[in-house]
Amino acid sequence: MNNIEQDNLLWWVTQFIWNEAAILDAREYETWLDLWQPEGLYIIPIEEAENYAEVLNLCYDDDKMRRDRIKRFQEGFSISSAPPATTVRTVSRFVIDSVDDDTVVVSCAQHLVEDKFGRQRLWAANVRYTLTTTDSSFMLQKKVVRLLNSDGVLNSFSYLF
Amino acid sequence: MNQLIDVKNITLDPDRLVETGRVASTIYTSPELFEKEQEKIFRETWVWVAHESEVPDKGAFKLSTVGREQVIVVRDRKNNIHVMLNRCRHRGATVCEIEKGKTSSFQCPYHGWGYGLDGSLRAIPHPEQYGEEFDKTQLGLFTLRTESYNGMVFATFNDDIEPLEEFLGAAKKWIDLFMKQGGGFPVKTLGEHQFSVPMNWKVQLENTTDAYHFPIVHKSFLQSLDEEAEETFTFLDGEGFVEDLGNGHSVMVMIPELVDLEEDLDRKIPERFEALADELRNEGYPDDQVRRIVRAVGGSGFNLNLFPNVACSMAFFRVLTPVAVDKTAIRHIALGMDGGPAAANRIRLRLHEHFQGPMGFGSPDDAEVWERIQRGVEGGTELPILVDRGIEKEAQGEVGPRGHVSDETGMRAAYAMWKRMMQE
Repeated sequence: MNNIEQDNLLWWVTQFIWNEAAILDAREYETWLDLWQPEGLYIIPIEEAENYAEVLNLCYDDDKMRRDRIKRFQEGFSISSAPPATTVRTVSRFVIDSVDDDTVVVSCAQHLVEDKFGRQRLWAANVRYTLTTTDSSFMLQKKVVRLLNSDGVLNSFSYLF
Repeated sequence: MNQLIDVKNITLDPDRLVETGRVASTIYTSPELFEKEQEKIFRETWVWVAHESEVPDKGAFKLSTVGREQVIVVRDRKNNIHVMLNRCRHRGATVCEIEKGKTSSFQCPYHGWGYGLDGSLRAIPHPEQYGEEFDKTQLGLFTLRTESYNGMVFATFNDDIEPLEEFLGAAKKWIDLFMKQGGGFPVKTLGEHQFSVPMNWKVQLENTTDAYHFPIVHKSFLQSLDEEAEETFTFLDGEGFVEDLGNGHSVMVMIPELVDLEEDLDRKIPERFEALADELRNEGYPDDQVRRIVRAVGGSGFNLNLFPNVACSMAFFRVLTPVAVDKTAIRHIALGMDGGPAAANRIRLRLHEHFQGPMGFGSPDDAEVWERIQRGVEGGTELPILVDRGIEKEAQGEVGPRGHVSDETGMRAAYAMWKRMMQE
C-alpha cells in the first residue's frame, strides 16, 4: 500500500470509529448492533490474554450476549439502566496495526466521561478494532476495550465503551 | 414496628441501635460507629483474606485486607500461609504494591529493609548505627493469626479468639457442600471482578441473605435466561429457607435441589448444559463423570453468609472491604475446577460474567439499589430500617431460627452478632 492509500484508509477507519462513538453516546443500540458481523466478539478484558475465552473478562459478548445486553438496557427493568448514566466520549490516536485482504486492525485511545446522580466519572481505554471491509464501509469483527484500570476497583457501567 | 424511633433513643449505643426486627439507620451513616466497628469487629474476629488456590505455590502472594488494613497473604517455602501487615516496621511504607505474584522476599523501597516470606526481618542496609539492643527478631512484619478451613483462609488480630473452626461452627457443613462444585476436582479461583459502591458495608452484608429482592432487582437478568433456567431462578415460591447458623453466619437456600451437588447425579441435564455434556463425552469423559461435572458447573443453590466479610454465594466468593462509612469495595471471585475440563471452566467464566461485575446483568442493579439506600438514609435518623420480615413465622431449624427463603432471618443473625461484638 502506498502512502496515499494508507492515508485514505486511516481516514475511512477514523470516520467509521467516530461514527460508532457517536452512536454509543446517543445510545442508538439497534444501529450499533447492525455494525457487527454475527460472529464478531465484543470484549472488555480484565487482564491481557492470548485467548480471552479462557479467562475472566468484564464482558465477553458474542452476538446473543450483545443482543441480550441491549435488550436489558432498553426494556426498562434494569434499575441501573433506567435511566442510565449519560456519556460523552472522544476517540483519537488512531494507528493502523495491520491490513490483510479485507481485514484492518486499528488501535486508538478512548476517553469517556459519564454522568449520573450529579457525579461525573472519567474512564480511559486503549481500544483495538478488527474491522472487515465491505463495499461501502466496515463491519465490526472484534472490539477489545482495555480500560486503563481494568484490573482495579471499578464502578458499574450502564453503557458501552 | 413501624413507629418512629423515639428521638431520645437516637444514640450510638449498640443496644438501642439494634432492636428485634429493626435497626437504626445511623448504623449506615455514623463515622463514629464506623471507627468503632473497625476496632470492635474487624480487628477482633476472623476475617476472610484468601482462598488457598490464590497462593498456589511457594512464594505466591496476593494483597488483601482485614478491615481497612492492607495485608499480604503469602505461602512460604514450607507451604505455610502467612498473613502480615503490608507495612515496613521502620517507617511504615508498604513493602508490596503488586496485587498478586510470586517472590522470594519483600523489600521496603525506602531504606531497603528486607523481609522473608514468613515476615521475618532478614537484613537491613548499614546496621552499624543501631545499638546492641537492636533485635531483628522483634522487627519482622506484623503477622496476624492465620487459620484455614477447606481452602478458605482467615486471619485475625485477636490472639485470644476461638479457633477458626469453632467460629465457623455450623457453617462448616455448608462450606463443604459449597466446595462440591469442583465436580470432583478441587475448587480454584479464576479471577475476580472488583467494584466499589458508595454505601455502608452492612448493606452488602444484608444483601447476600436477601432473596426477597431477586425477582425485582434482577428481573432483567431473569429475562435473559432460557425458560428452564428462569424457572430454576424463580425460587420465592419454592421450598427454600434461610437459617441462622450462629455467630452472625447464615445460609439462604434458594434452589434446594442444588444443595448437594453429589446427589441425584442421574437428574436430567439442564438444556443450557447439554452442549457441555456432549463436548465432555466426545472428549472421552465417562458418563458418571460427565454428570458430576455438569451438575456442578452452574454452582450451588445457596448463599452462605459468613460474618463479617465473605459469602460463598452460589458459584463465587463475594468479599467486602469497608473503606469508609459510605464506601465499600467488593470482590466477586470466580471459581472453577482445578484440573477440570477447559470446556466446563469456560462455561463457569461466562456464567460469572453474565451476572457479576461492573458489566454483569446483575451486579450493576444491585449496586444501584445499594447506593439508593445510602442516599435515602442520609436524610434523617428517626425512621428505622426494617429487618422483621418473617419474624413471627420463624421456626427452629437444624441449628437456629429458620424462616422462608425470602425472610430476613439472615440479617437478624448478622445484626445480633454485630450488637454482641459492638457491646463487648
